[in-house]
Amino acid sequence: MAVSADFLQFLFSGITVGAIYGLVGLGFAIIYNASHVINFAQGEFVMIGGMTTVSLIGLGLPLLVAVAGAILATVGIGLLFEKLAIEPARDASIVALIIITIGASILFRGAAQVIWGRNFHSLPSFSGDDPILIGGAAILPQSLWVIGGAGAIVAGLQWFFNHTLAGKAMIATSHNPLAARLVGINTRFVLMLGFGLSAMLGAAAGILIAPISLTYAGVGVMLGLKGFCAAVLGGLGKPMGAVAGGLIVGISEVMTAGYVSSAYKDAVAFIIILAVLFFLPSGLFGDRGTERV
Amino acid sequence: MTALGRPGTRGLVALAAIMAILPALLPNDFLLGVATLVGINAIVCVGLNLLIGYAGQISLGHAGFFALGAYASTILVGEFGWPPLAALVAGAVGVALLAVMIARPIMKLKGHYLAMGTLGMGVVISIVLDQEVELTGGPDGMPVDAFTLFGWEPAGEMAWYWIVSGLLLVSVWLALNLINSPIGRALRAVHGSEVAAAVAGVDVARYKVRVFVVSTVFASIAGSVFAHYSGFITPSEASFLHSIELVTMVVLGGLASIFGAVVGAAILTTLPQLLAFLHDFEMLVFGAILIGTMIFMRKGLVPTLAGLARRWRR
Amino acid sequence: MTILRVEGLTKTFAGVSVIDALSFTIASGAIHSIIGPNGAGKTTLLNLISGLYMPNAGRIFLGDTDITGLMPHALAGHGIARTFQNLQIFFNMTAVENVMVGRHLRADRGFLAALLGARRIMVRDAECREMAEEIMRFVGIGGYIGSDTGSMPYGALKRLEIARALAAEPRMMLLDEPAAGLNPVETGAIDDLIQAIAETGTTVVLVEHDMRLVMGVSDHILVLEAGRKLAEGGAREIRHDPKVVEAYLGHAGRNR
Repeated sequence: MAVSADFLQFLFSGITVGAIYGLVGLGFAIIYNASHVINFAQGEFVMIGGMTTVSLIGLGLPLLVAVAGAILATVGIGLLFEKLAIEPARDASIVALIIITIGASILFRGAAQVIWGRNFHSLPSFSGDDPILIGGAAILPQSLWVIGGAGAIVAGLQWFFNHTLAGKAMIATSHNPLAARLVGINTRFVLMLGFGLSAMLGAAAGILIAPISLTYAGVGVMLGLKGFCAAVLGGLGKPMGAVAGGLIVGISEVMTAGYVSSAYKDAVAFIIILAVLFFLPSGLFGDRGTERV
Repeated sequence: MTALGRPGTRGLVALAAIMAILPALLPNDFLLGVATLVGINAIVCVGLNLLIGYAGQISLGHAGFFALGAYASTILVGEFGWPPLAALVAGAVGVALLAVMIARPIMKLKGHYLAMGTLGMGVVISIVLDQEVELTGGPDGMPVDAFTLFGWEPAGEMAWYWIVSGLLLVSVWLALNLINSPIGRALRAVHGSEVAAAVAGVDVARYKVRVFVVSTVFASIAGSVFAHYSGFITPSEASFLHSIELVTMVVLGGLASIFGAVVGAAILTTLPQLLAFLHDFEMLVFGAILIGTMIFMRKGLVPTLAGLARRWRR
Repeated sequence: MTILRVEGLTKTFAGVSVIDALSFTIASGAIHSIIGPNGAGKTTLLNLISGLYMPNAGRIFLGDTDITGLMPHALAGHGIARTFQNLQIFFNMTAVENVMVGRHLRADRGFLAALLGARRIMVRDAECREMAEEIMRFVGIGGYIGSDTGSMPYGALKRLEIARALAAEPRMMLLDEPAAGLNPVETGAIDDLIQAIAETGTTVVLVEHDMRLVMGVSDHILVLEAGRKLAEGGAREIRHDPKVVEAYLGHAGRNR
């Protein structure tokens, strides 16, 4: 049975945008694991990565340098955020911490609007714009960069978590922070590492996708929220679940736009999150708890 | 304890006094309008404060319920010829049913799932209002018919100011009653120790649902009033940013403080109106306020000041 | 008459059986103690009975009713009240309000009536407050009636928790280490309080480490070890049971 060219097109499109949601969701999962905080500013890391790259290229720097610079800048901001806003509120209730991250998200967005205005910007594609034909579907080379880049990052993270001491320390902390501290793991460092990694993931996502869909000061809102939906779908705190969740959200979105109605494309992610909450609160891969209170 | 001795009564009287004197102090209609907007936001915030401060849950989509009330009034009156009061009530009932449907399954879960659910709900509402152009006028919005009650129609800013002030006083009175009742005490107990409250017989999930429903009804009614007052509504009333603005007002004013909610609404509604040049920096300032309050003044403005005042008196 | 019957109760955490096929009964109106070395599962057992944990297997009966797996607030409705090993006082409320929450199920809880500030709620609340003050006096902390919880000493707070549990007029009270952290004089006073409570007809189930208190006050003792019943009986039998002595003191204790 020949698969329609349309379907293949949608599939690739869905995997591309899904890869981005997966990276953002991964960022949510990592910070949640390190601190049980839902970092609503995750989407802004995406925005800062893309916009900073735009500015650096505008200054005349070559692409690779601009990308590296932007990632460093975003990680720096992420670490600063952790030091200045999260750590002082370490003993606060989860409600207070959620409010702080929401505040940071708005702060970053507001600052971005002041710095960069409300205009849309674009980045040059990494290797040109000539579409590649696969099975009748026209795939942008940048799409391959996105999928490949995301795949490489995820693989790198898997290696980091399973084969380095720092990575294993993060996993240990997510299971039982007290026990982790008792065996000598510096949980403050783990938290910082978590924010640093998430900022890097966000920035990478923003840079990869910018050549395809333009970037602007407000791009982080929807991307962040949808990445969050991906993380919840995968089971909050399950990194690989977030990646899978991202792909599912991305593909569902594009399929809905293609076959059902393009008007409600954006609603898909949020309908998914409502469905998860009603039918499968622990997500696809999350733990089912037995304690009530 | 007589009615006058109950905590909060003095505050209620003071609020009524302030609202009565204000029109005499405000020199023009524009400022009177700002005061009316403060009142509308305050009604939403009093309800939201019950949810965040007393039930310990966050709603990241309250603007959605506000907008549903607004659009219910607009559409039922404009398209179907309903009397405005009936439309307002219908909007509130519809929102209440929606709230029960979302909250019942979610509140049984441990953790901050309501934040996620309301976030999803708010965005979906916002998108629906934007897309269903036939029904809602789409992103450009739609005009709202005047509010009439058996032939009488509020004429001018002053009339609306008194209507909103009255509604705000009623909202505060209802909230105070709830807090001073055994249910209010049970909610505060849940804050102190959820385990001990449950063991004492408090059905935590059920009360959280009820408080959530009350808070959405407050939002819906405020939305309906806003629609008729403003004469024109757009889907941006349901935006995520608007939901965050509402949360900011409650957080700044003071969690678990009904009058704090009013103060927070007052400050954050008037500031952008009076300082037009702030407009570009509005988001930056809101974000900074949220972070700053949570780090330095976690209880919020009114409870912190009240605490200081108590210490001074000693 | 049996008020509590536990049959084959099992609770596992991550594969480890903290309570293992435990069965026992508790007679109504008695003071019943549960003792055992650390890690025996005493607090877990209380958590299972008060609904904070779901058992993996087994049943719990209160009177004739199967209460296995019911939520804590439902169990309160069946007449179970408890105190906690690590104080769970509502520090954001005054002492009297803490006790009033204990009476929650007997308060007027109409939601709409509460919103409208109905008179009948205020009247019932005033009665509730009077009862709470009376209970505080019964328990021996009448002097703290006007106090804020933040300024009360540890011993008074322990009694406040007991007052809160009593306010529910329970059929059965679970006390989790009520004498923990108290000096011998205060412990003696707790001893008297427990007897006074039992005299009102309420069944008392006590988890304690203080052997003098346990031996002095209990009608019946259940000894747990590693989640299983090691022995049960009256104070004299338990004191001389070699298995119990070994569990607490090790092999060397056997020759004492």
